[in-house]
Amino acid sequence: MTRTTAPLALLFAAAGAYAEPAQSALRPAGIQAERIHDLWQLTLAICALVFAAVLAALLAALWRAPRGDAATPADVSPLSRPEPRLRRNVLLAVGASVALLFVLIVADFQTDRLLNRMPLADAVNIEVTAHQWWWEARYDDPEPGRIFTTANELHIPVGRPVVLKLKSSDVIHTFWLPSLHGKKDMIPGRTALLRLRADQPGTYRGQCAEFCGFEHALMAFLVTAEPNDRYEAWADTQRREASNELSAQESRGRQVFMERSCVMCHTIQGIGANATFGPDLTHLAGRATLASGVLPNNREQLAAWITKPQQQKPGTNMPSTALSQEELDALLAYLGTLK
Amino acid sequence: MNTTTTRLTADMQQSAARLEQTWRDPPGILGWFSAINHKTIAVRFMLTTMGFFLAGGVLALIMRLQLARPENHLVGPDFYNQLFTMHGTTMMFLFAVPVMQAVGSYLVPLMLGARSLAFPRMNAFAYWIFLFGGLMLYVGFLLDIGPDAGWFAYVPLAGPDYSPGKRVDFWAQMITFTELSALLEAIILITTIFKMRAPGMTLNRMPLYVWTMLVTSFMVLFAMPSVMLASTALITDRLVGTHFYNPAEGGDALLWQHLFWFFGHPEVYLIFIPPLGFMSSIIATFSRRPIYGYAAMVLAVIATAFLAFGLWVHHMYATNVPELGKSFFTASSAMIAIPTAIQIFCWIATLWTGKLSFRTPLLFALGFFFILTLGGLTGVMLASVGLDLQVHDTFFVVAHLHYVLIGGAVFPLFGAFYYWFPKFTGRLMSETLGRWNFWLFFIGFNVAFFPMHLLGLAGMPRRVWTYPASMGWGDMNLTATVGAAIIAVSVLLFIINALKSRRHGAPAGPNPWGAGTLEWGTDSPPPAGNFVAPPVCGGRYPLWEPDGVPARVTGLDDDRRAILTTTLMDARPDLRPTMPSPSIWPFLSAIAVTVLFIGSIFTPWAVVWGAVPVAIGTTLWFWPNRKSTERQVAREVRP
Amino acid sequence: MKPSMHESGALDVSALPTFGFGHRSLMWWGTFGLMIIEGTVFAITVAAYFYLRSHSATWPMNAAPPDMFWGTLNTAVLLASMLPNHLAKQAAEKLDLKKVRLWMVVCLAFSLLFLAIRVLEFTSLNTRWDSQAYGSVVWMLMALHTTHLVTDAYDSAVLTVLMYTGPLEGKRYVDVSENAMYWYFVVLSWLPIYAVVYWAPRY
Repeated sequence: MTRTTAPLALLFAAAGAYAEPAQSALRPAGIQAERIHDLWQLTLAICALVFAAVLAALLAALWRAPRGDAATPADVSPLSRPEPRLRRNVLLAVGASVALLFVLIVADFQTDRLLNRMPLADAVNIEVTAHQWWWEARYDDPEPGRIFTTANELHIPVGRPVVLKLKSSDVIHTFWLPSLHGKKDMIPGRTALLRLRADQPGTYRGQCAEFCGFEHALMAFLVTAEPNDRYEAWADTQRREASNELSAQESRGRQVFMERSCVMCHTIQGIGANATFGPDLTHLAGRATLASGVLPNNREQLAAWITKPQQQKPGTNMPSTALSQEELDALLAYLGTLK
Repeated sequence: MNTTTTRLTADMQQSAARLEQTWRDPPGILGWFSAINHKTIAVRFMLTTMGFFLAGGVLALIMRLQLARPENHLVGPDFYNQLFTMHGTTMMFLFAVPVMQAVGSYLVPLMLGARSLAFPRMNAFAYWIFLFGGLMLYVGFLLDIGPDAGWFAYVPLAGPDYSPGKRVDFWAQMITFTELSALLEAIILITTIFKMRAPGMTLNRMPLYVWTMLVTSFMVLFAMPSVMLASTALITDRLVGTHFYNPAEGGDALLWQHLFWFFGHPEVYLIFIPPLGFMSSIIATFSRRPIYGYAAMVLAVIATAFLAFGLWVHHMYATNVPELGKSFFTASSAMIAIPTAIQIFCWIATLWTGKLSFRTPLLFALGFFFILTLGGLTGVMLASVGLDLQVHDTFFVVAHLHYVLIGGAVFPLFGAFYYWFPKFTGRLMSETLGRWNFWLFFIGFNVAFFPMHLLGLAGMPRRVWTYPASMGWGDMNLTATVGAAIIAVSVLLFIINALKSRRHGAPAGPNPWGAGTLEWGTDSPPPAGNFVAPPVCGGRYPLWEPDGVPARVTGLDDDRRAILTTTLMDARPDLRPTMPSPSIWPFLSAIAVTVLFIGSIFTPWAVVWGAVPVAIGTTLWFWPNRKSTERQVAREVRP
Repeated sequence: MKPSMHESGALDVSALPTFGFGHRSLMWWGTFGLMIIEGTVFAITVAAYFYLRSHSATWPMNAAPPDMFWGTLNTAVLLASMLPNHLAKQAAEKLDLKKVRLWMVVCLAFSLLFLAIRVLEFTSLNTRWDSQAYGSVVWMLMALHTTHLVTDAYDSAVLTVLMYTGPLEGKRYVDVSENAMYWYFVVLSWLPIYAVVYWAPRY
């Protein structure tokens, strides 16, 4: 594959995955979500059984009891005599309920233990910081030169544990990737840990699950799980700076980026743009979506996002930038080189 | 001797006329604002809370219309965020807790055989404070400065940095209003229940509904202070620069959550426990027998109240509080199902051995069994940390909370309205409309909320103004919206039924259902002083048991508001105090307090300056009248 | 059988007293409810104090602990005020108007004194409410208790005036007695707050 078709193919695949993203707790693709799913099935079974039993008892009572009305004399004899049969039945029902609850509590505790004991050898460490309304991800490495930052779309290796350090730069957000694990709150002033592992390749969608302001509804992220060698290849790509081999139009586009407001918020590695108020764009062209999982990453959408962001994601912090058609075309061309 | 007005001796008729004169509300506009008769205030209170219920329902309908289709633009995120904040806030603070206190403030004295509530002027004040707090919130909303940080307003989003302006301040101060009102009502109910029971009504003979109101009121005293502190600290963080919730200066965002949920979890039991009393009243009457297991029922309610204070961290499983702590809360959150289960089994036992009459009140009570049980079971699911971590903050929780609140509180509440409407108004509601009301509500509710369980499991978070079409959530959302529309129709039917029956319903008489408790032993509606001759209580179901009302109380003055107080445990006659007369000061003091509270949203000095009219108002409220004091002294009997 | 209500009897209560002290009075129960509420508020605020402390490496945060002098003095004054308070309560329960008047005026004098010292306490806390979370929670504790001091002083002042001007009836003596009970609460609830504000930061 050439330099131009590979990213297209990726885009296609990612777009295809985006069209039907996996965001269901009922289809676990990793060990943590699977353990929770197992507990779910046990709990659902027991609760359904109890519900059916209670309803059956009620319906039986309603069906078989004789009818009366306001004129029927009330039977006050229970006030002065015990009702042993009722007592026995109520006690049995209570006893059964307690026993079943106990089973559930034990299963709950067991699941909690398992969730907290996922093996962590050879883990990938990612520090995710939530912002209003996007996700910053820093892949840690013992060797500082191998640390890199990206935004909104993560790749992880299948079969290796991933330790996520979760932080927030402003309000409380929640990292929720239901295919792989339950959620964890990202609380300013605190660091939380989430440990998960993907056991099947695929692209999974996650979403912020703590109300965080205007665009809480449109704060999603994608996690692609792939075989370890492809993951390492992706990581190496992410570590590279932006290319300097640019056509005339692409250079013009880079100039637009540096001279207009883009450079005030965004980082592109290697060209001297180092602001961190918005997502790192160094490998923007390799992403399937824009604006934290909201828009497909194609030329029209990117143009719309740059020029009229409030229409795509009302309340977003990204300002609208007025560009002439020439400037816009050049900028888009440049951004297209950021793979 | 039946003392309803149709069968009075001449003497008693004169006494009844004097009693009416003594206890009724003063006439005219001034009289309307000075009224303190507990039934008058209770009716206003009930109507106001139902008004808020309707408002909250309309907000929900708009939300459902927006969510019916993916990527819909009926409303934008700013308005939607206000909608769900206002909906939750209205339902939780302005409807669900106050309506239970309102109904209680009507029924409790009647069930106890008393002429009045304790502290009737304070009761009126509590109503006005509640009304003004609710109005303040809605005025803010209609001026587009309504709160938009969710009904539990997590910081830092709700703090000064991320919610500038006054929106969240209105919300936080509304809490001050409603919490003050609820606390005062709780004191009133506890005092009434402990000290103003009919002679012979030992604690062991108290109606189960009165037990629920007693337990709930104690819970209010212990739970409300937590939210009071939380909201005050939020206001001071926002207004005068304190740092309770600011991590940069040693504060903690989770402090808010702990303080809020320490209140918030008991709060849902404040909403749930009184309806357990409705259930017992209705099921007994329509099964023609006492509820099985009185002692178990009372202990179950008390156990629920205690356990309710030990659950709050289950709202915080997704935070990084220590894991071992979370396990404790799993156990306690699961355990609270047991007392509720005990109650459900006792009711089923009662129905099993009763003679059933399927009138509308019973239908609504039966709806509880289906809906609340399902909601309680999803609650057991949520008690598990693992499961909660998947479904927390999703539509699964929205489904759960509506199943327990609507099934556990609203259905019994509607049953209670059908049941006691004849007592309040003297006319029965239409059975036909009642049946349509019930079935539409039941079906509409399940159509609206059951799919939300599936939506949550399928990944849909809550508090989202829209969602992508590609997620596949559109059909279930549309179904939920259809369900919401059906609920709206059913509520409309209820309103029509109530309005029609008020004028044209069949006359009810004192006891249309043949029920056994004391409120049915007086006219419908009751006279101003509740009972022409207050009953002595001889059993748990005085109107059913032979010798249930072995005597009547005599010797209470009928030309002044004299009542009988009895001893705490055994309800032996104790004192004959006089209740205060109507007064404009509770209303005026409430206005002064409102000015202080609203002013303090804008400047802390309002607390100082505003205190002056409050002091004046409350002092004049208290200050005794010379003439009536002299009359009191003339008939004083010292202890 | 139709439910019968043949009350053969009349329970004649006309000989009962028209007022009574202690938990026989409704006002006692109202005061009791208020004590539960306010006690809970204080307890929860103290819990918040220790919660914030547990999340902080240093305590107080960037501040010296409050000076001991005014707070300790005021504690002594408050405790001393319990004596005239008790005497007022006793006098009320004996319906002794002269003694009630006397001791309530003495209580009023105490309240002016401890309110004045309270102002001085605020000036020697060595932190502001907006300095950091420690300052916020200390000021909150002090402000909550001071609100009680102010309202209790005002209530007592109103009652004292009433005792002189009238109109008086038996119920007013009950009011004096219940006011005294609330005064006890305001003083005794100060003790844990004093310990938390003044002593806890020193350990």
